[in-house]
Amino acid sequence: MNLIELTALDLGLAALLVVILGGLVALSGLGLTRSLYVSSLRMVLQLLLIGVVLEALFRLNNPWLVLLMGLVMLAVAGWEVVARQKRRLRGGWGYGIGLVAMALPAFSLTVFSLVLLIGVQPWYTPQYAIPLLGMVLGNTMTGIGLGFNRLTMGAAASRREIEAQLLLGYDMRQASRKLRQESLHTAMVPTINMLTVAGIVSLPGMMTGQILAGTSPIEAVKYQILLMFLITSATGFGTMLAIELGTRRLFDERQRLRLDRLQDAK
Amino acid sequence: MSNVQRSIVLDVHALAGAYFAPISLQLGAGEMLCLFGASGSGKSQFLRALVDLELHQGAVFLQDVEQQQMLANLWRRKVAYLPAESGWWAVRVGQHFATQPSSDALASLGLEEAILAREVDGISSGERQRLGLLRLLVQRPQVILLDEPSANLDPDSTLKMEQVIRAYLHEAQAAAIWVSHDPLQRERIADRSMEMPLMQREGAA
Repeated sequence: MNLIELTALDLGLAALLVVILGGLVALSGLGLTRSLYVSSLRMVLQLLLIGVVLEALFRLNNPWLVLLMGLVMLAVAGWEVVARQKRRLRGGWGYGIGLVAMALPAFSLTVFSLVLLIGVQPWYTPQYAIPLLGMVLGNTMTGIGLGFNRLTMGAAASRREIEAQLLLGYDMRQASRKLRQESLHTAMVPTINMLTVAGIVSLPGMMTGQILAGTSPIEAVKYQILLMFLITSATGFGTMLAIELGTRRLFDERQRLRLDRLQDAK
Repeated sequence: MSNVQRSIVLDVHALAGAYFAPISLQLGAGEMLCLFGASGSGKSQFLRALVDLELHQGAVFLQDVEQQQMLANLWRRKVAYLPAESGWWAVRVGQHFATQPSSDALASLGLEEAILAREVDGISSGERQRLGLLRLLVQRPQVILLDEPSANLDPDSTLKMEQVIRAYLHEAQAAAIWVSHDPLQRERIADRSMEMPLMQREGAA
């Protein structure tokens, strides 16, 4: 059950790989080196910081601090969703809808599995709550970001098709059916791919971590299955909610397509 | 102008939008109004406001029922708008029709029944325009708003379209606004013609 501890030298040698890669890219004049180094550095700082934060969080074991941590993660995830929108909804609606659509399923399903499925005592134990919420939130964020972007871009791109249906007396639900369908599919494709190749092409990160830490593979697999179902449903529920709220904002009470509620493309 | 007393079908009171000057007009049963004017004068925006696809002020009555009193999708079935370029969302032509048009209706516009099975991408813009019109007419609207419907048609098809619309107005006691830049066409079909009023510049005297 003993994890082999990594030394600074080990990490340094691993970092050297990226440095060599950057040098090679620079020599070939493909110009990616800078962002490669910057994001690598960012990654190290972010992870070191979260390591320190988690150490403190685990030691204090305070439910309010766990909640605060969850809210910070949510706010950042909400910002990421908006950053991926080429045409955002004006007036904070894009951020607001993304936030609500992520928070409801991510928090409720995480608490549900902590209390009823895992049954850890107390349920907010940060060793369980934080990683679980983080993984659910991360995937939900990706799904909603993709789906919502498809929704707003698609509404603008297929304005003529949507309005043609409105003009024939279809209501906004019918006229937007294809768009909503495509948005949901776009959002769910990464999740469905993840389910399809799980264990064959890729060993999921949490499972790998647990196995490295000495957990028996079967136990690790059970946790991974739980997490997969959690991620899939949270992403699905969140995306459906985001598409529903987004569609309502894209049309008004007179069933007009309101593209003026979208910001111009960046 | 005809002297026959007609019952009012469409009554427009000071309809104004962001891109066109306020307009008031009345259309009687069977009546065809031709609308013309410089591009950019807001003709399409005016027609879009009539079907409530665009934000606007003023009021529109269809046989005494105000636009806002009626469900928007119901209104658009009764006051139907054919844009200059109609939209097609499904793969095949026939999938866009709520009721399949009869072969007679197709033939009256010079189209064959087989066109319903074809892919939208494979037909010409003139065919799309005629099919777009048929798609509206099968819903039996009481007002039809036509935005340069014969712009891509050859002279023979243009005349056919004019006859079809004229016949429909007569038979359904419907009214029409037809945007046309062709003075000869207006002479052929219009009961009345109207030039789009110019937009008053804000701040101008």
